[in-house]
Amino acid sequence: MPPSAAGMIDPAAAFHVYANACTTRPGAPVQSEGVVPMQFGVFSVSDITRDPVSGVTPSEAERISDIVQIALKAEEVGLDVFAIGEHHNPPFFSSSPTTLLAHIAALTKRLIVTTSTTLITTNDPVRIAEEYAMLQHLSKGRMDLMLGRGNTAPVYPWFGQDIRQGLPLALEHYNLLHRLWREDVVDWEGRFRTPLQGFTSTPRPLDDVPPFVWHGSIRTPEIAEQAAYYGDGFFANHIFWPKEHTQRMVGFYRERFEHYGHGTAKQAIVGLGGQAYIAKTSQDARREFRPYFDEAPVYGHGPSLEEFTQMTPLAVGSPQEVIDKTLGFREYVGDYQRQLFLVDHAGLPLPRVLDQLELLGGEVVPVLRRELEARRDPEVPDAPTHASLVKAKYGDAEPRQPRPNANRGDNVTGGSPYQDSVAAAASPFGEELD
Amino acid sequence: MTDPASSSPATYRLAVVNAGISDPSSTKLLADRIANAVGDIAAERGHRVRVHSIDLRELLPELPAALSSGLLGERFAAAVDALRGADGVIAGAPVYKAAPSALFSSFFQVLDNDLLIAKPILLAATAGTARHALVADEQMRSLFAYLRSLSVPTSVFASTEDWQDKALKGRIDRAAFELLLLMESGFEREVRDSGWRRYQHEYGSAGGSELSIDLDTDLMRLATGGALRPEGSIDDADD
Repeated sequence: MPPSAAGMIDPAAAFHVYANACTTRPGAPVQSEGVVPMQFGVFSVSDITRDPVSGVTPSEAERISDIVQIALKAEEVGLDVFAIGEHHNPPFFSSSPTTLLAHIAALTKRLIVTTSTTLITTNDPVRIAEEYAMLQHLSKGRMDLMLGRGNTAPVYPWFGQDIRQGLPLALEHYNLLHRLWREDVVDWEGRFRTPLQGFTSTPRPLDDVPPFVWHGSIRTPEIAEQAAYYGDGFFANHIFWPKEHTQRMVGFYRERFEHYGHGTAKQAIVGLGGQAYIAKTSQDARREFRPYFDEAPVYGHGPSLEEFTQMTPLAVGSPQEVIDKTLGFREYVGDYQRQLFLVDHAGLPLPRVLDQLELLGGEVVPVLRRELEARRDPEVPDAPTHASLVKAKYGDAEPRQPRPNANRGDNVTGGSPYQDSVAAAASPFGEELD
Repeated sequence: MTDPASSSPATYRLAVVNAGISDPSSTKLLADRIANAVGDIAAERGHRVRVHSIDLRELLPELPAALSSGLLGERFAAAVDALRGADGVIAGAPVYKAAPSALFSSFFQVLDNDLLIAKPILLAATAGTARHALVADEQMRSLFAYLRSLSVPTSVFASTEDWQDKALKGRIDRAAFELLLLMESGFEREVRDSGWRRYQHEYGSAGGSELSIDLDTDLMRLATGGALRPEGSIDDADD
């Protein structure tokens, strides 16, 4: 089990409470206080790609403005989640996800903003802890984040890292991030980052409840193991791989989640990527999407649209076809908590993307919610939200609201910098960590 | 699975990969002659051989997806299954521009690195001129060395004039005998049963059959809240 530190909940116990608190009652309204059994949304990689039909490449300014419209539309049509990727090279714009997501959160009321993914390798985990805690406060908890490694080798040295160490880097960084959000004062030493002595990541998480973390991975068992160990969510990108890969990874994560005592395998928190292009008829969908598919980054100029549709979760067709394909996912991963669709890449112009969102939110997702809820095992927990995590940690008690002591110039001497940490104040070495 | 070298009759599975473009092609002709020779020699030794032909030409429509996205279509998947289950493989390529054909190389480049570990492989090549005679030994052999397959000592090369030469039949029989002996030896099975962990694998590799996960590694300990050993110590990232 993870180390149990002062002020930190025991994940196994907390999960138990959480699972009980959030299990959907049969016949319950689909949405109350943002709690849904399953969240649906869109995720973007933030590519700025030439529209192969018009020949126009949007400017960075246009695409950034468009992505905000896409996020607002996602909320308007009833979707639950908007996710943005992180990249540090052209042709992508999203180098600073928390800035974008804070802006979107300020313009929305219900939407959960998240990432796809936040780079746990090239970012300093201290900065992730600070920036995402800030986003959590500003969004009033309507956020979480997904961690990924990033597979573009040249990016790593720009941030002083080496892709050959990508996996140990990701694992070590997350171990630190996990502590920074759960311990007021952290002493830490590792291989990849300068040591920390008496460090406090500010602001402390909203209600002293860390943001929910999804670990994204395609085929790395160590990442699934880490997600399972901490009782975090596991998100399978899903869109470039045949279903067998996703099935195996999710199966392993579920098994290990149970092994670490966070609940049964079917209570593990799973998210999936997907990709759809919807039109009134399958002929229209294929005709409209084909030029974008054929020149799409990553898979363009490779498999045919038909092959890719057959071999991956990509669904191109009528609303009913997209519904049918998506309903099939749970048959190999079990009941899950989050389904994200990629709808805005490969140069699709804004009006086209907004139309897609209308169809997704208006015709596809309502049916998916109904059908998937009807099939859902009653012991499977709802998708995690800030409210459900607060409830799991505190029950009906008031959440902790950390109030700092007066500035004493450094954070190394003395005890906890927060007023409510009485015990730690007596210790000259700060809080005991283990 | 089949019996290792023993006097008891066994049935061996032989996969014949042929990258010839026409049908019939001289490459297919050569590969099939070798396969027949393996069957004849096996029969003399009281064994049977079941042949599974993989004509790469038929995989061409699936090649772009496989090369660009690693997505294997139905035919590719069937070929991977056949190779995984084979006791031995004949791999035949036409030589183009002083190299095994791109179709041949592409096919083996797409496969998982660990699919053919310890698998007995007979190398065969055809060409319009004898000037290409060393392509099998200098280029194809290194490909299978990378894949850690067990290439038989004799490779079979046939240029246009070889088809009238009785010596070709002699080389075919020699190579076929070598292949059969390696298939009978049980070497591959022993490597897989007892030495498999000495090779690097990815989850889901070896054509989807590599599904074990070693939890007793530095990385797994790091994944579960542990710390890395100081830099420079052994067993850094992987083995």
